Amino acid sequence: MRHIISMLMENESGALSRVAGLFSARGYNIESLTVAPTEDESLSRMTIVTSGSDNIIEQITKQLNKLVDVVKLADITEGMHIERELMLIKVKADDISKREELKRLSDVFRGRIIDVSDTTYIIELTGTNEKLDAFIEAIQGQDIIETVRSGVSGIARGEKSLGLTV
Amino acid sequence: MELNGADIVVQFLKDEGVEYVFGYPGGSVLHIYDALFKQDDVRHILVRHEQGATHAADGYARATGKPGVCLVTSGPGATNAVTGIATAHLDSIPMVVITGQVPTAYIGSDAFQEVDSVGITRPCVKHNFLVKDVNDIAATLRKAFYIATSGRPGPVVVDIPKNTTDPGIKVPYEYPKSVEMRSYHPTDKGNARQIKKAVDLILSAKRPMLYTGGGVILSQADKQLIEFAKKLGYPVTNTLMGLGGYPGTDEQFVGMLGMHGTYEANMAMHESDVLVAIGARFDDRVTGDVKQFCPNAKIIHIDIDPSSISKNVRVDIPIVGDVKSVLNDMLKILDGAGKPDEKALSSWWNQINQWRSKDCLGFDRNSDLIKPQYVVETLYEVTGGDAYVTSDVGQHQMWAAQFYKFKSPYHWINSGGLGTMGFGLPAALGVKLAHPNADVACITGEASIQMCIQELSTALQYSLPVKVLTLNNRYMGMVRQWQEFFYESRYSHSYMEALPDFVKLAESYGHVGMRIEKPGDVEGAIREAFGMKDRLVFMDFITDKTENVYPMIAAGKAHNEMHMSPDRELS
Repeated sequence: MRHIISMLMENESGALSRVAGLFSARGYNIESLTVAPTEDESLSRMTIVTSGSDNIIEQITKQLNKLVDVVKLADITEGMHIERELMLIKVKADDISKREELKRLSDVFRGRIIDVSDTTYIIELTGTNEKLDAFIEAIQGQDIIETVRSGVSGIARGEKSLGLTV
Repeated sequence: MELNGADIVVQFLKDEGVEYVFGYPGGSVLHIYDALFKQDDVRHILVRHEQGATHAADGYARATGKPGVCLVTSGPGATNAVTGIATAHLDSIPMVVITGQVPTAYIGSDAFQEVDSVGITRPCVKHNFLVKDVNDIAATLRKAFYIATSGRPGPVVVDIPKNTTDPGIKVPYEYPKSVEMRSYHPTDKGNARQIKKAVDLILSAKRPMLYTGGGVILSQADKQLIEFAKKLGYPVTNTLMGLGGYPGTDEQFVGMLGMHGTYEANMAMHESDVLVAIGARFDDRVTGDVKQFCPNAKIIHIDIDPSSISKNVRVDIPIVGDVKSVLNDMLKILDGAGKPDEKALSSWWNQINQWRSKDCLGFDRNSDLIKPQYVVETLYEVTGGDAYVTSDVGQHQMWAAQFYKFKSPYHWINSGGLGTMGFGLPAALGVKLAHPNADVACITGEASIQMCIQELSTALQYSLPVKVLTLNNRYMGMVRQWQEFFYESRYSHSYMEALPDFVKLAESYGHVGMRIEKPGDVEGAIREAFGMKDRLVFMDFITDKTENVYPMIAAGKAHNEMHMSPDRELS
């Protein structure tokens, strides 16, 4: 099953490679991994999307918790949560009909066209990864030049938090 | 107090109470070596190869419970240390390894003797650090010792670039008394409700089994374990790492379990209805086929590392906590919780004693050739079972584990998890430094001993009169045994041709060498060797080269599928 593991870790060089190394050394899957500093500069927030049986997920969370750099960890798929991913997609838009179709589809998916050239559009889209997949599916007829996706970021709904003080 | 980085390292080690540093100098650590030269409090032991430094520090740690400390240079110094670091990691041995590094300005430039030590050691340490500022040295070392020795212990590497130890740069130094880490809080205390549940289950058992491992030794819980086992009257088996955690001479002890465990221990595991795993981690050499492991047992698992629980085998009652603390809590409530089922227990012991009567460790005592088992047995008798015994890896290791009945913790010192050949001799040197008046024996083979034989030179330099017992069967015995069993006796590259004359070799290193070729000479030789209190004696026992280790469970088989020695094969 697919799980989203969210972590607060010391914002130190090497912390990312400890996590990445753990996954490769123990043969766990990583679907996506995102990391960036938080409002507290000393902490990074990492979101890992992984999959595996319950036993494997249990081991993954235990092994991650064991890393000295990991301050706090939660499997946010265990509760109500929100996940979002950002995608930038560059597509060929070199005639009127393509341009109109892309504008229409982008509106349907609540995307934004953020760059326009004579022959291309760049569309920005946020959502769950299913939504992004669906958009790619929808514009399959068009020529996709390039896509770039941020990987999933996730957060628990309501008052639940991974923060240190709560 | 203002000190330079090199002096801070040495002063810190002194303040931390470190007696010995095992090391080898080189470019990146020369400032630190200069600081060592100027003082007498921290004693440096110069090894002949960095692998030897790590194993010696490891042996010291295993024989004392204190962290072992190493100091090696950058590049090859660090890579040579990796095997020893991984060895300590797999057996959860507290160790701090200081590696020199090229100056920070050169890092990443492929400088002379540069290697990414933090990167290379990352998968085989509990944690590691790269110190980038002289002001961070003391606090980082303090964290390193704290992490290495707390929770589930393990090795910690501290990589120190040369410029941070520059003698010209002085900064204020004070020994950091406390260490605060928001991300590291090992759990010592077990959950009271789980402990109660476990005690109830333990008392309800009809065919109980206590299966204990290295955690008992690391947590110094041997007294609690003995009290616990004695109160219950239950059988106890030890893992390879757990030997000495429960007295090997006690009647409730049924021997080691696992691949080369006793018939009675493995059969009792298989037939048990309640299994109490205490500081043991269900290693594949212990469990065999996990699907057939203890098929009828409810399992209780006490371990300080949550990730050890339900990793290989699902358990029914997990208790995360320090073994000593949890056993103390169990002992407190045991008396009030009821009594074991005496009737069931007595028929369980009858069954176990029946298995025991197979005498699964029996061997041919009338042979004209020296039987390796006999050498270990004789060593046990000559030393009264009180020696510290280190071993290398292979058949001799198993015979040492089977035939030297360890009475107390810290006395059996071997590389159980990683299985590192070359471990025994340097480890013995570390043990001898820790216990200068005790008998220290290294049981080894003619293959293993050659992997770190250069440390004979270290032994001479520091007058460390350990006794080396080489069970010389002219083969890599365990490889040969597997080839005999599983590769139709095709002995591919397992024969040790062109062996040195070990007697002359020992003599050339300044020690005493003996070659023993007849069973009748074994006891006399061992007595003579141990009589030479201040000499290292290298005993080369020419043993029966066809002897195999029995019983044996083939890899991936169940506990009730044991091979017995041919003359004891089950009907």
